[in-house]
Amino acid sequence: MINLELPKPLVDVNNSLKGVADGIFRPVSRQYDINEHVYPKELDIFKGGAKGGRKKKKDGDDKPKKDKGPVEFGANMTTVISVEQMCYGDVGFLLTLPGAGLGNAAIDAVATDEQYERFGQKWTAMAITEASSGSDSGSIQTTAILDGDEYVLNGEKIFVTTADRCEQVVVWATVDPEAGKAGIKSFVVEKDRPGFKLEKLEHKLGIRASDTGTFVLKDCRIPKDNLLGSPEVKTKTTEGFKGVMKTFDNTRPFVAAMSVGVAKASLELLKKKLEEQGSTIDYEKNINNVSAVEKEYLMMEATLDAMRLLTWRAAWMADNKIANNLEASMSKAKSGRSGTLITQKTCDLLGPMGFGTDELAEKWMRDSKILDIFEGTGQIQHLIIARNVLKLSRNELK
Amino acid sequence: MSKQQKMVKSEVANLVKKLVTDNALEMDEKKEIPADAIQKAWELGASISKVPEEFGGFGMQDSPIESTIVLEELAYGDMAFTIAVMQPSLFISPILELGTDEQKKKYLPLYCKEQFTPCSCAVNEPHFGFDAANMKTIAEKKNNAYVLNGTKCVVPLASKSKHMLVAANLDGAPNLFIVSADNPGLKVGERERNIGLYALETNKVTLENCEVSADDRVGGAEGCNFSRFLQKSRIAMSAIGTGVSRASYDYAREYAKERVQFGEPIAHRQAVAFMIAEMAYEVDAMRLLTWQAASKIENGKDAKREAYLAKIYTGDKTMHVTDYGVQVMGGHGYIRDYPVERYYRNGRGISTLEGVASI
Repeated sequence: MINLELPKPLVDVNNSLKGVADGIFRPVSRQYDINEHVYPKELDIFKGGAKGGRKKKKDGDDKPKKDKGPVEFGANMTTVISVEQMCYGDVGFLLTLPGAGLGNAAIDAVATDEQYERFGQKWTAMAITEASSGSDSGSIQTTAILDGDEYVLNGEKIFVTTADRCEQVVVWATVDPEAGKAGIKSFVVEKDRPGFKLEKLEHKLGIRASDTGTFVLKDCRIPKDNLLGSPEVKTKTTEGFKGVMKTFDNTRPFVAAMSVGVAKASLELLKKKLEEQGSTIDYEKNINNVSAVEKEYLMMEATLDAMRLLTWRAAWMADNKIANNLEASMSKAKSGRSGTLITQKTCDLLGPMGFGTDELAEKWMRDSKILDIFEGTGQIQHLIIARNVLKLSRNELK
Repeated sequence: MSKQQKMVKSEVANLVKKLVTDNALEMDEKKEIPADAIQKAWELGASISKVPEEFGGFGMQDSPIESTIVLEELAYGDMAFTIAVMQPSLFISPILELGTDEQKKKYLPLYCKEQFTPCSCAVNEPHFGFDAANMKTIAEKKNNAYVLNGTKCVVPLASKSKHMLVAANLDGAPNLFIVSADNPGLKVGERERNIGLYALETNKVTLENCEVSADDRVGGAEGCNFSRFLQKSRIAMSAIGTGVSRASYDYAREYAKERVQFGEPIAHRQAVAFMIAEMAYEVDAMRLLTWQAASKIENGKDAKREAYLAKIYTGDKTMHVTDYGVQVMGGHGYIRDYPVERYYRNGRGISTLEGVASI
């Protein structure tokens, strides 16, 4: 049964988070855009609650319940609905919710019970990117060499979200540079480890409320059991690496939802300004019989719906345990790019109001740009989609 | 998709493969669709399944989403064929939903038959800024009748239809009137020559003091919910646009894998591969917008906004995707032997035409 209307519980989630977006995020949105690197203390109310936590797996949890048909929604749908609404408030704030770093998701997914006991409750950042290793995360050069009961880490990590505010970082490093992707492992590094230093905080185009930094690891020693997952290097397979990459199938629709949220904020402002100036948006009139500005607006509203539906589809598939690598990339490719274009065009159509800082439109244009970049650029998403539909390997389509 | 929906999809897909795929070029060249092909597709019953048995239908539950699935699959084969086969829906569907009991009794049995019987609907008008929500064809009340005046164009199968619905403004509000082909005030013009849909006969229709009985105003003295009619027609066009675009995407994708230049398939180049990727997600986006609008109707709600957005989006993106289809194939895409040329011409109709199909 195809039904693209939101079920009641998700409508409720959506409505309650609208209150957070309007009441808590928006009033201080500009303040923390100007005061980059200052922690938004208003987010303290999320302490301890923002992170989903780890569910105890029961037997059969991973299997779809076939007799009952597909589920209407699960954790992924709930997340994309929540993410959209919170980013409608402020995307920078969502990225720096206390205790809910990307590293926390990795710990939730792969930590042993003992590790979860030690690391599970701490705010955790994720450090993957290096100066010469962006989208090609298989080429990282940071090393982790086993020395007795300790790993010794050396290297530099850039673009780490919540670098300053987090308590620990999941660092990707290779235990065997000769082994390629198979040698890449992730390690929990506590902030107070000697040799682990926050080198600098970046100044960015947008999402300034979210702190982004560079770490240097210089002979940084960590206990051997801070390695997440299996230490074994299987030279012939890259299963471990693929497993990590697979987590991105789930997170790409979340980034797509962020873009939907920011674009929605932009369009809502544009519509309000249009109506204040006497335009009414008519959903019946021939599109060629409305003003040029109204036409632009209507096309963007249609695009926004398309972005959202592609995002919901990918999330719904994840909830139903259907492989969604292709659909996740489609949602991000479309939403990332279109979000950028919508927020740009909104500034254009708002005229000087879109260039000045009295309105948030210019901020949203800066904020949304990152959503076509991080967690796989739009171009990488196109590569994934193209390889998938053309059934080409990464060697055939580079 | 439910089991039922998957079944319908594959049934229509099989029929299209058998009847249409290999013959679409010939139909386009000969500007004719073989009657037996139309009849076979008609026997699927898509246009009459929701009509109660007393009027000649199957009395099945109406499913707008299922209709969009049927339309997409048919249009995947050929858009001209789709409009021809589904043409009676444009007459049957509004009368069934918006007509009076007398109108249903009188007209539905004429067209809900085992034999495909053409009937049509005249909405489009040949002037700049045509707007289905504000037409120039005028109806005026005169005694116990309405007098229609105006010109309609791109009316499918007009010359073969014994009845057609004519959309006209009455006191500033759009209405539908049932007009018989033998009405002396109705003139069906010569067959039009359009940029696309060569296989489909369309005509100009002129209404000159065309007198229509008051009983033949759809919905009776109150008129009808014209917005509903537009919504359903817009959703249908969106579904057709999705089908045409998907056809172009599939063809170009397979071509890109086989066409070798500089020693390897052109699909191995990002410049081409990224176009293919974009076509892939735009086709899906079009379908999702179409389904979103159909969901509204299926749930008994108004779909004005969603149907409108689906139509403007699919109209725009059908041009974009079918253009890419030609572009990926280079010179070959420009040659009529390959179907992407036809998809591009036919696709032009999605955004332009109103009221030439209905769910």
